[in-house]
Amino acid sequence: MAETVETQTAGLSAPHVLEYPYTRSVGPVIGRFLGGLRDRKIEGIRTKDGRVLVPPAEYDPVTSEALSEFVEVGQAGVVKTWAWVSEPRPKHPLDRPFAWALIQLDGADTALLHAIDAGDESKMSTGMRVQVRWREETVGMITDIECFEPEAAS
Amino acid sequence: MSEPVVGFGAPIRLEYNYTPGSASSRYLRSIAEGRIVGQRCPNCEKVYVPPRGSCPTCAVPTAEEVELAHTGTITTFCVVNLSFYKEIEPPYVCASILLDGADIALFHLIQEVPEGREVTMGMRVEAVWVDESELAPTLESIKYFRPTGEPDASYDSYKEHL
Ligand SMILES: [Zn+2]
Repeated sequence: MAETVETQTAGLSAPHVLEYPYTRSVGPVIGRFLGGLRDRKIEGIRTKDGRVLVPPAEYDPVTSEALSEFVEVGQAGVVKTWAWVSEPRPKHPLDRPFAWALIQLDGADTALLHAIDAGDESKMSTGMRVQVRWREETVGMITDIECFEPEAAS
Repeated sequence: MSEPVVGFGAPIRLEYNYTPGSASSRYLRSIAEGRIVGQRCPNCEKVYVPPRGSCPTCAVPTAEEVELAHTGTITTFCVVNLSFYKEIEPPYVCASILLDGADIALFHLIQEVPEGREVTMGMRVEAVWVDESELAPTLESIKYFRPTGEPDASYDSYKEHL
């Protein structure tokens, strides 16, 4: 039972947690994308006009046709846009300041939303190159990509 | 090709700090004393439990406190077949209970339904409280309601409260 406390205004106050134990069915296309992540590869899907969507979609966004041609894309890419999170919240992917970013992987025509561990906001810029940092143990979730990080200078 | 993923757990959790306000705080404190206290509207005379401090129909403050009986009538109910709480074995019944003297039904768990007896609209029930030492300002102080064994209340007696 939650602990109830008295407030200054003589009213009561108590923590109240609402929790829904959902299970999400992902469907065949995202299911294969997540299965690929478990094997540390990133797959997109080719549309009828030849573009590669990452993450993949079940249907062509232009023609509405069902899509099935999977294409493996690179594990590094370009930051299209980003937002700096200076105070991460408990459920955020990193426990230190990071950037949410849309990242267009090499070989993809759309951008993927993920976190970038850049250390400091001054290290972030639109157009910068970033690479995947895989989690040690992969299970078939988007969080198998722990985050992206600035691409190592070669 | 990699083995595809079929699904995954995606729990949603919302953490609130609930502040019930002065009227409901008085009600919750009465619960901690083993009493159920509502408020009566001075205009339409409806008794609200839990009280909210005003009547939503008449838009006037509801200052008069009314102590309610621990017995009431099931106005409507549902049979729960999924397990949400480890402590309660499904199937079980949750019901809207119109306490005697109240004009708003409370929602609570029904237990101790005799073998072979089904919960029905109009069934008479009574509150079963936790031990006095465990009373607290929460509706969990009432563990559940159970049938009293009285004859069912007539539909006319609660039809305005469905
Ligand atoms: Zn009224």
